[in-house]
Amino acid sequence: MLRVSDLSISIGSPDNYIDIVSSVSFEIGRGEILGLVGESGCGKSMTSLAVMGLLAKGGPWVRTGRAELSGFDVIHAEPYERVEAGHGGIAMIFQEPMSSLNPVMTIGEQIEEAINVHQRVTGSRQNLTARDYLEMVRIADAAMQINAYPHQLSGGMRQRVMIAIALACQPQVLIADEPTTALDVTVQAQILSLLRELCDTLGLSILFITHDLGVVAQLVDRVAVMYAGRVVETAAVDRVFDAAAHPYTAALMSCLPDPAHRVRRLVTIPGQAAKPGQITKGCAFAPRCAYAVDICREDPLPYAMLADNHRALCLFPRGVVR
Amino acid sequence: MIEQPLLDVRGLSTDYTAKRGGKTVRVQAVKDVSFTLAKREVLGIVGESGCGKTSVGRSIIRLAKPHRGEVIFSGKDIFTTGGDALKQLRLKIRMVFQDPFASLNPRRSIGDSIAETGDIHGLFASKAERHRQVQQALSNVGLDGSFAARYPHELSGGQRQRVGIARAILPAPDVVIADEAVSALDVSVQAQVLNLLADLRESMGLSMIFISHDLGVVGQISDRVAVMYMGRIVETAPTASIIEQPIHPYTRTLMAARPKPDPRIRIKAGIEIGEPPSQFERPAGCPYAKRCPLVTTICTTDDPALRTIAPGRLVACHNV
Repeated sequence: MLRVSDLSISIGSPDNYIDIVSSVSFEIGRGEILGLVGESGCGKSMTSLAVMGLLAKGGPWVRTGRAELSGFDVIHAEPYERVEAGHGGIAMIFQEPMSSLNPVMTIGEQIEEAINVHQRVTGSRQNLTARDYLEMVRIADAAMQINAYPHQLSGGMRQRVMIAIALACQPQVLIADEPTTALDVTVQAQILSLLRELCDTLGLSILFITHDLGVVAQLVDRVAVMYAGRVVETAAVDRVFDAAAHPYTAALMSCLPDPAHRVRRLVTIPGQAAKPGQITKGCAFAPRCAYAVDICREDPLPYAMLADNHRALCLFPRGVVR
Repeated sequence: MIEQPLLDVRGLSTDYTAKRGGKTVRVQAVKDVSFTLAKREVLGIVGESGCGKTSVGRSIIRLAKPHRGEVIFSGKDIFTTGGDALKQLRLKIRMVFQDPFASLNPRRSIGDSIAETGDIHGLFASKAERHRQVQQALSNVGLDGSFAARYPHELSGGQRQRVGIARAILPAPDVVIADEAVSALDVSVQAQVLNLLADLRESMGLSMIFISHDLGVVGQISDRVAVMYMGRIVETAPTASIIEQPIHPYTRTLMAARPKPDPRIRIKAGIEIGEPPSQFERPAGCPYAKRCPLVTTICTTDDPALRTIAPGRLVACHNV
């Protein structure tokens, strides 16, 4: 469905640049949820903005790579071109629904707006109304809520409205950037369950960006872990949790407090995350890695291909006997 | 436990006034909250946004004016204390906030920020003594002494939070109230700061009130947990009991909704557990009744009091 290959995003001029995202590749199948996971500054949001075509002029720019939606390169096309070409679209939802909603329009009007714009571009009539979309995102009493303004809704409801607006654009892929981070856990659980349901019923593919490994375990099918602008590991979600091959993924897992298995001291990762452009040779994680040896700091790394569509950007992936 | 508690909160209620539709309305942020904190104990307070957990912390250090109740700290009621005794108190109960960048003055060096309390209270006999204590506070939180000369913008989030902690512990307090102190940090940094807080508790004999929305984090650091809902404590128990066997229906929902980092234990699809209520519409009876699976008639008329159901376990529910 969506295939991102060799995506590099840089800052600076074409002669003198620093990569903030380098050679990122991943795929999302139909109805699949891919979790793009990493800590602040790892490049996960930048990757999603590039795929969405939302990188502002004069800021970071796409240096190499493609993002193909059903074979059509969406990065180097204007958004309307990709929709006109009949390739459907990519819709996006963000962490703060309130800052994405128009405070002086009712939620019904905002969904209508998305429906109308989308119809004008595609020329195809939609037979779903704003109310249908509100019902699709499980807003109780949709007939009444349709006239509500954003400030009258709770945070969870606002995020549901954002999802409804996104769906009104009939996307093939939904990019969700930390959509539940600002929500309470009980509300988060309901939004996650809604997203899963939409994948199953509509065949929607989701690129889910998060720093929260708990949410990853609960929702996604496959995981891409990012560190310092690179995807360091991709695998099915259960393999990531049971058999993490990259030392960074493994370390991240063990940092997580688990009240059911309380430990006296949490495992930590020494040092600080590498800044863009700081490490140009070898593995970006090597300075913090417990298993690093000299060659880790020298050569460009190859991906180690492991079982089950599982790859890790590491010379010595864990759990692999050599 | 015969030992006198270090901090004894009795019947604390804190109200705010808010404008709503042109009218001034009273919001009960904290309603009749009582708990104790023993020496060297870490009490976790968990709950969702608006449950009053932050207001409890702020009321204890008198940043919010409580409406009723008393907080007894080493024999004295905090709310009736004034003058020099209050100043002393402010050195004994210290707070660490969520956003260390917002609580550090960008134009003051880290050293000056850490020393500020000491400067105000005249804790330093000399410049050399001031320098020594700042260096000691930095080293206690695992930062190099050279940080004293730096400014907040030069530091990472984790380092700033260490500075926030250094500032809190400089006057050797008895109690630290940490309000979402690790919530803004990445997991790898969060683990470092949690370990640091645990170390300081050991080395300085600190007691702590650890306020957070994250049950994972609270479970890691606390000896005992109090769960709050709409300004009330609905359950208190030793940490392991809350995790393994939550009793109050709200605690159970909270535990079930927590995203466990294990893909084999997934939350069922299609769950509907309702939205947290608005503080402006406090219902009669139990505030949780509207969302509660165990609700009966009495729940809609009588607000249940906290009662002891096992040693160290208190639950406010009619039906458990």
